[in-house]
Amino acid sequence: MKPLLEVRDLVTDIGPARVVDGVSFHVAAGETYALLGESGCGKSMTALSLMRLLPDGGRVSSGAVELGGENVLGLPERDMRRVRGGQMAMIFQEPMLALNPVIKVGEQIGEALALHQNLGGQAAREAARGLLDAVGVPDAVRRLDTYPFELSGGLRQRVMIAMALAGQPRLLIADEPTTALDVTIQAQVLDVLRRLKTERQMGMLLITHDLGVVAENADRVGVMYAGELVEEGGRDTFFASPQHPYSRMLFDALPRPGDGGRLTTIPGQVPPLDGSLVGCRFARRCPFAIARCRDESPDWQTINDQRVRCHLAGTLPARIEREVTAQTTARAAKALLQVEGLKVHFPIRRGLIQRTVGHVRAVDDVALSIQAGRTLALVGESGCGKTTVGKALLRLVEPTAGSIVLGGETITAKNASTLRRQAQMVFQDPFSSLNPRMRVADILLEGMDALGVGAAGERRDAVAQLLNRVGLPDDAGGRYPHAFSGGQRQRIAIARALAVSPRLVICDEPTSALDVSVQAQILNLLKDLQDSLGLAYLFITHNLSVVDYLAHDVAVMYLGRIVEHGAAVAVLRAPRHPYTLALVSAVPRIEAQTGPGIIRLAGDQPSPLNPPDGCHFNPRCPYASEVCRQTYPGQTDLGNGHWVRCHWVAGQV
Amino acid sequence: MTIHPVILWTDALIFALLAAVLVLVWLIRRQEHLRAPWRVVAQRPMAMGAALVLGVFVSIGLLDSLHYRAQLPDSPADAPQYSVEVLSVFDALVDGLRARQEKTYSAPLAMQLYAKEFVQRDGVTVRDSSRLQHGGAHLAQADARLPDITRRALAGAAQGALASLLVFAGLAVWQARRMQTSPGAWLAAWRGGRLDWPARTVVLMVATMLMLGGVMMQLAAGYHVFGTDKVGQDVLYISLKSIRTGLVIGTLTTLVTLPLAIGFGIAAGYFRGWVDDVIQYVYTVLNSIPGVLLIAAAVLIVQVYIESNPDIFDTAAARADIRLLALCLIMGVTSWTGLARLLRGESLKLRTLDYVEAARAFGVSNARIISRHIFPNVFHLVLIAIVLDFSGLVLAEAVLSYIGVGVDPAMYSWGNMINGARLELAREPVVWWQLGAAFAFMFTLVLAANLFADGVRDAFDPRLGGRR
Amino acid sequence: MLAYILRRLLYAIPILIGVNLLTFTLFFVVNTPDDIARLQLGAKHVTPEAIERWKVEHGYDKPLMLNAAAAGSAQFTDTIFFKHSAAMFVFEFGKGDDGRNIGNEIRTRMGPSLAIALPVFVIGLLVNITFALLMVFFRATYLDLWGVVLCVVLMSISGLFYIIAGQYFIAKLWNLLPISGFAGGIDGIRFILLPVLVGVVAGIGSGSRWYRTIFLEEIGKDYVRTARAKGLGEVRVLFRHVLKNGMIPILTGAVVVLPLLFMGSLITESFFGIPGLGSYTIDAIQAQDFAVVRAMVFLGSFLYIVGLILTDISYSWVDPRVRLQ
Repeated sequence: MKPLLEVRDLVTDIGPARVVDGVSFHVAAGETYALLGESGCGKSMTALSLMRLLPDGGRVSSGAVELGGENVLGLPERDMRRVRGGQMAMIFQEPMLALNPVIKVGEQIGEALALHQNLGGQAAREAARGLLDAVGVPDAVRRLDTYPFELSGGLRQRVMIAMALAGQPRLLIADEPTTALDVTIQAQVLDVLRRLKTERQMGMLLITHDLGVVAENADRVGVMYAGELVEEGGRDTFFASPQHPYSRMLFDALPRPGDGGRLTTIPGQVPPLDGSLVGCRFARRCPFAIARCRDESPDWQTINDQRVRCHLAGTLPARIEREVTAQTTARAAKALLQVEGLKVHFPIRRGLIQRTVGHVRAVDDVALSIQAGRTLALVGESGCGKTTVGKALLRLVEPTAGSIVLGGETITAKNASTLRRQAQMVFQDPFSSLNPRMRVADILLEGMDALGVGAAGERRDAVAQLLNRVGLPDDAGGRYPHAFSGGQRQRIAIARALAVSPRLVICDEPTSALDVSVQAQILNLLKDLQDSLGLAYLFITHNLSVVDYLAHDVAVMYLGRIVEHGAAVAVLRAPRHPYTLALVSAVPRIEAQTGPGIIRLAGDQPSPLNPPDGCHFNPRCPYASEVCRQTYPGQTDLGNGHWVRCHWVAGQV
Repeated sequence: MTIHPVILWTDALIFALLAAVLVLVWLIRRQEHLRAPWRVVAQRPMAMGAALVLGVFVSIGLLDSLHYRAQLPDSPADAPQYSVEVLSVFDALVDGLRARQEKTYSAPLAMQLYAKEFVQRDGVTVRDSSRLQHGGAHLAQADARLPDITRRALAGAAQGALASLLVFAGLAVWQARRMQTSPGAWLAAWRGGRLDWPARTVVLMVATMLMLGGVMMQLAAGYHVFGTDKVGQDVLYISLKSIRTGLVIGTLTTLVTLPLAIGFGIAAGYFRGWVDDVIQYVYTVLNSIPGVLLIAAAVLIVQVYIESNPDIFDTAAARADIRLLALCLIMGVTSWTGLARLLRGESLKLRTLDYVEAARAFGVSNARIISRHIFPNVFHLVLIAIVLDFSGLVLAEAVLSYIGVGVDPAMYSWGNMINGARLELAREPVVWWQLGAAFAFMFTLVLAANLFADGVRDAFDPRLGGRR
Repeated sequence: MLAYILRRLLYAIPILIGVNLLTFTLFFVVNTPDDIARLQLGAKHVTPEAIERWKVEHGYDKPLMLNAAAAGSAQFTDTIFFKHSAAMFVFEFGKGDDGRNIGNEIRTRMGPSLAIALPVFVIGLLVNITFALLMVFFRATYLDLWGVVLCVVLMSISGLFYIIAGQYFIAKLWNLLPISGFAGGIDGIRFILLPVLVGVVAGIGSGSRWYRTIFLEEIGKDYVRTARAKGLGEVRVLFRHVLKNGMIPILTGAVVVLPLLFMGSLITESFFGIPGLGSYTIDAIQAQDFAVVRAMVFLGSFLYIVGLILTDISYSWVDPRVRLQ
């Protein structure tokens, strides 16, 4: 049988850059084909080439794309419009930006219905409502008349999917459909996509960088690197034995549960695509590369049902499972940082004279403690207040109440400079955390100058040492941030924090803007620094696999409060709070899910502006009872420093 | 003959500005991230062509800003007395244009006065226009005029072409030596457009301007190229003298605007709270008053001040100059609000960025955060505003002078030229050359400035990202 | 919504007070009534008596802020500030130098001003948007490139040139329309056509270039790609999706000047002999009639603030994301 989509030798150029180079694959009806790869390797451009929606200056130079036997690339633009949305539809990464902000949801779906199904008026409205129902939007009739900004991220992505379905496409292209969403919402959206694919027998092209998402959703996998497809195979065989060195290294770079050793990193970067590339594109980063790899571009080789472009295919040594070293759980006696009753409330002002009518309780009564040389991970979904905790600790946001004791000294507004010498921060986005107008050396000197660390004459030497310590070349100090890649920038940001020799570093999602292989480098670096300098980390993240790798202790936050706290092993392996349970089970994993029952959360996190009465989690909790709706639960101790705030757990103990 | 140098207020400011620009250029050359966008500007043919035109205008303006008073010929050597007339180096260069006054209107390239009058000719009184004292005075017969003009134009064009060939040859040799190739190879690269700067446009532009200049000089030696005005002064001379006024208004006003806009804009965005409230209040108040009326009020005040303190100013030029300066000041005070609002918005965004948070985490002082983190990252907006505002200000001068609240009526300016010529439009046949010359000069300057501003904006605005 | 408008109105009061104090300072403190009198009387006629007489005639013979000679509340009310500045809050502008009531003048001259300014505004908006959309539709082609160059050329021409050229060619040389003048009713249309035409043409350059930038910025956004992915044609993408978003900054930018249309255009009105507020203002400036200038300053600021409030309201009207609080 002919496949639904057949792509042969697709070549796409944008200006001088050849972003897609000779890509061939096929997708059958009812099948999910995943394109996997790191950023900038040409996945999205492949998809946009199929839709013929390339950005200005882009064009498909050669190749063929057949959809149901029809050559899409040969169609005149007028007929192509019928194909777009009608034969193949696409959903994008950022649903906030991808929906028109000033047109009602119902109308946006209606447009596609009018175009591809000739529906108008009440019929269109009815059909749109049906589509919203199909993608699991609650209260669909009312939602038709809302604007995208009134919906949560998860609902917006469902609307996006509904719109894509309106033309009853045979192929659905999903470009990183859940990357911008929280894990619990990601799980919901992926469920919807899987269900729809089966129900409608659509082919699906899933573009993602997340191996976990691939493992749970794809039937077949293609790995892209530097504009080329380098490996292809069925999901099971691919995950059992990836053949290309790049695929293998992607696996090894992934932090995994119970891990504790060093992660494999991929040195170097993806080569620029505008040069004339000779030989295997991965050769320069490949530990197995031989002379031939550098001169001759490898051809496809078939191993069982896998295809791979590597000269060494099949001859690579068997993959060694990394040794698993458990995190030490020994506790130091004295806490470096002790936080009690931390509150950050933002006033809401309304009315004629801007009276304060209430507060957003971004952080509400949080207690934390971190010992020297250890890592506490603060975990939660976006909007739960975890970043605000970090900023309040450094007094970047003025806390409303609470006491902070650092190294035995109570921190007040007066001795803030003591605080700033002892605690520093590493930010999420290395592109916005470095001033583009300052040289790296000046960036590193800034803190030392401001806090008067060391003698002025010695600071230049200190800069060289810092650069060395975070693995940057000596001449980096004289250059500007734009000369560095994302990973290198994050190293600079870490060096900046270390410049004043702090004992505590607050890391706010330091790897979530980075690719997996680069993330591995940064995690290794953080670990090394902790070992050699005895640093304590407050690691703020939503990524549970990173927590598993790095943290000694974990605190889980929900709507401004910590709901579960304990040793990392205890909280992640045997979570007790229903929310933690849901979080842990929502993370897409490469291995089959084991452990306590899987919880799929319904709905979204409520707004901290107006949290539910009683336990904040009760509207989404499968175990909620009457008492949960009335009182906020107290702390239930489970021993070994593990505690939860949950009526349900309290009842079991 | 000795001279007595005169430094008017605006002269001092112009040369201070020139010094500041030179220092800035030197600083920019040392900073890679500042130099890069300028290199992009330098690669755009349109921007470079415009820059050349601007360069010519600026040179004339600068020459016209070196003022002096000449010694009176009959004054004693030990106690020299100087003329009350303030001249400039530019006046000395084009002395012929300045000195050749006619009685009244004459058309461009004419040899007779425009208006007919009764003259005695061969004992008979006839109604005819009399010959000009200077324009075409070297001609014996009226029918020799056209051939003479053609000959002069051709000669001028030839001279210009020769000069541009020389310049081009020099350029080729110099560039070839710099790139270490032969001049022939450089020429081939030039012809093929394979150089890293728009050399073809630049050479073409230089040649055009040199030839135009040659034609002008040849014609101006014997005629009034743009005719004469009501009091018989050469219109070309007036137009050229007006260049300085336009440039002063376009640049000095910005000089007043910048500190206000940068200071208030960044402070409002960075500190927020009551500082923001106060600054927003001030600029809403200023913005709400119709600009023309505020300028009118202020100019009247200056006029009252000048008239009640006549002894401060020893020459008419000084009096006109102080009014020009006051006009720049008041236009600056009324026009800083737009840029301030832009900078406020940008600072509001920048202050939440992680690198500012990181600096605050080190306890870096506000002044240092503003000078190292905020200002360098809004600088491109300031630059874009400077070049974009320039042309608007030049055009505004004309309108204000027309209303009567612009520069001193005795000052050479395109606005005054238009104002003076407007009433003559009703004349039959119409006197058009004064208006035409003013509009043509103004258009050339403003168009060049706009095209240059476009290039600068495209290169500096990160939002445009090279998109056109 | 109502509370919001009310708050904005309250906020307008300190601004008007600020404007009032500023003009008071400019016209009575920096420039004393004596100075003005001297300026108006001319050097030949300046005698202390003449100045006094002029001040009495114009009602400027009172103390500035505090009348110590008067009793009770008259200490504050019988002053220049109260009579000439504070009175403007109730739109009491007094008399001009020609002896006519300024308030009456303003009322009768608003109509002619609006008759020119409103058509220029509306037609200009339509023409500019059309021109900008055309350039965006043909973006990255030569049509767009030369369109932009044409815009730059048009905006480099002095506004005075458009008027003079229009009057000279259309009215004088070709005799198509009257050169200047004004009449009420249907008959007045022939007088209005030329100034409106000139006003629209003069604004095309900067207007359509600005709108083009706005549309281009919108067209680079993700939702446009989504609309194309749906299968919509380029025209529909442009007119439904891009235009709707681009109109937000355009409309709100236009609303702020809407009330100021009453003030008319200074230059146009004076060239075309339109008896509107613009020519009134120019005449006042040239005759140094301070009472009229002060009144126009106050009126201008008042209309500007009305424009600001209308802008906020129009934002919430065209952009569903904006809710007024």
